[in-house]
Amino acid sequence: MTIPALDADPFAPDVLEDPAPLHAALLAAGPVVHLPRYDVYALARYEHVHAALTDWQSFPSGAGVGLSDFRREKPWRPPSLLLEADPPRHDAPRAVLSRILGPRALRRLRPAWFAEAETLVERVLAEPEFDAVAELAQAFPLRVFPDAVGLPPEGREHLLPYGDHAFNAFGPPNDLVEKGRPRVAELSAWVDSRCRREALAPDGFGARIWAAADHGDITHAQAPLVVRSLLTAGVDTTVHGLAAALYAFATHPDQWRRLREDPGLARVAFEEAVRWQSPVQTFFRTADRDVETGGVVIPEGRKILMFLGAANRDPRRWANPDAFDLSRDPSGHVGFGMGLHQCVGQHVARLEAEALLTALARRVERIELAGTPRRHHNNTLRAWESLPVRVTLGPARADG
Amino acid sequence: MTALDLRVRSKTRVADGVVALTLEHPSGGRLPDWTPGAHIDLILPNGLTRQYSLCGDRWDPHAYRIGVLREPDGRGGSAYVHDVLAEGGTVAIGGPRNNFPLAPSERYLFIAGGIGITPLLPMIHQAELLGADWRLLYGGRTRASMAFTGELARYGEKVTFVPQDEVGLLDLPEQPPPDAKVYCCGPAGLLEAMERRAAGWPAGTLRTERFAAKDTGTPARDEPFVVELRRSGLSVTVAPGRSVLDAINDAGIGVLSSCRQGLCGTCETGVLEGEPDHRDALLDDAERAAGDCMFVCVSRSRSGRLVLDL
Repeated sequence: MTIPALDADPFAPDVLEDPAPLHAALLAAGPVVHLPRYDVYALARYEHVHAALTDWQSFPSGAGVGLSDFRREKPWRPPSLLLEADPPRHDAPRAVLSRILGPRALRRLRPAWFAEAETLVERVLAEPEFDAVAELAQAFPLRVFPDAVGLPPEGREHLLPYGDHAFNAFGPPNDLVEKGRPRVAELSAWVDSRCRREALAPDGFGARIWAAADHGDITHAQAPLVVRSLLTAGVDTTVHGLAAALYAFATHPDQWRRLREDPGLARVAFEEAVRWQSPVQTFFRTADRDVETGGVVIPEGRKILMFLGAANRDPRRWANPDAFDLSRDPSGHVGFGMGLHQCVGQHVARLEAEALLTALARRVERIELAGTPRRHHNNTLRAWESLPVRVTLGPARADG
Repeated sequence: MTALDLRVRSKTRVADGVVALTLEHPSGGRLPDWTPGAHIDLILPNGLTRQYSLCGDRWDPHAYRIGVLREPDGRGGSAYVHDVLAEGGTVAIGGPRNNFPLAPSERYLFIAGGIGITPLLPMIHQAELLGADWRLLYGGRTRASMAFTGELARYGEKVTFVPQDEVGLLDLPEQPPPDAKVYCCGPAGLLEAMERRAAGWPAGTLRTERFAAKDTGTPARDEPFVVELRRSGLSVTVAPGRSVLDAINDAGIGVLSSCRQGLCGTCETGVLEGEPDHRDALLDDAERAAGDCMFVCVSRSRSGRLVLDL
């Protein structure tokens, strides 16, 4: 069986603005589609994306999870010990971070984060119109997450541009990467300086990572790089995940009514928003050998490009996939990935979203667009520049 | 039969009183990922649950290997595996869980007593892959009682076999090798001797695992149980072939999940009454004993009725 080819650039501005036409073409073309422009093999169907994500033996991450092949090109920064590592080296950092960010470890943060969300929402709702990206989707994670890591208040404005560049750098060296380059040295130096033990407050996620090194569960050389993973992957992703949920509700008033009536749906709502928008759109892997998938062979050493956003709307897996629908069970979406490298911070993201959506649902009767939302282009993230909304307050509801 | 029933692909005698089982998914599909030091629970038809370290190759996602020592004084778990369980037969499992992970180090000393060699086998493979400087001290009653000596022989002088009837007891180190981590698994007497020696060593140097032969009293059940959803006022019966997650979702109560293997933690659910039968990879022994939550994608019930906070 020959592999169909598609002359498309998944990182072109028009595709980043609206990836749906490319996703439709990829889903229709076959389980594996060659993209000659980058000489990579695209997987878009749910079945094959899921299989590739879980099969770390056939599709390892150590050569990078972007287009760049670390076996031939020097990465722009020392590779991640989590995202860009394979067993056995991946095991210890992953085990340490999974424990620190696990649902049971997060319980102690829950009351404080719900209170923070109420305070923020109360303040933002003083105006009937505002930009939901800046005022909510960015403001909330930028407050609670760096606090939980143990960062001081100064310098947090570096986090978003650093993450934006890191996620651009998974793509080809296009204008987006070029745009970030002038600040790379400055931002990297700041982030690296925040990963040191003495820069981190006691009892935060960062201090716990260093405590794990003291106990020998990871090495002291690994500790700052594990902290760096939090700072790289823990901010932009949740910002755009929250923005996805807010955009979804601003454009689906019927679904907002359901959440307003039953705030217990907040977790389902966030999960469905992650499926529907897929804040992380793509990741690469490398074929460890000639690997058969979808009836064809991906040659050894070649990169595959997995379209998480397309898989999350593959009609072979999802009924009425383009609908944002709180009555759907979004379980099993690949928006957080799947398998060994599945987002280690997923429970953090869920807790942030549950806190913010619950606080909004208590106070807001209606939320609607007050202007044209603008996308922010990023090679990996489905991101937002601004989301102008108008809210109508209702009687405060009791906690769901 | 539950969704986690595995088929015995092969059963081989590998030493006096020791059989190795290779287990596979009946559909031939991938098994849940694991790391060296992990064990699975074998849930036997007589209700006994026994823990066995995985000692195969994690790069083969389609098979688990365990080594089972016949324990004449046991309550029948190992006897069932030795005498009844046959190739082609099925057995339910929980996990894998890892309470004995391999921490990074330039240097390792592995110390095995008898069947305690099993968790160390994949660690040794891994140390070799990482290019670490490692040694194994492996003691047993007799050479014929020591399993997996054949596959360890290829490591040459890194491995020291110490059959007691030929050369006496293991010569345990008073001090750890410089910058080394020391992994020890075996009978209680060996672990206690090592722990006494390691009392003054740097924290985290000695790492041990002991499988306390503790029985919870209530055996695992292979019959239907009732799950009551307290907040929803619903009750559902969970048949042996179904997951609690599916039964709850079919009743119209949404519970989010993701991996469906007890690995990711998404489907954590509060338990108000009843005794869960934990089969996840996440909770440690103390959290299991607390019994206040469970992962409904894989875990089940030991009691006839389970009340969930849903």
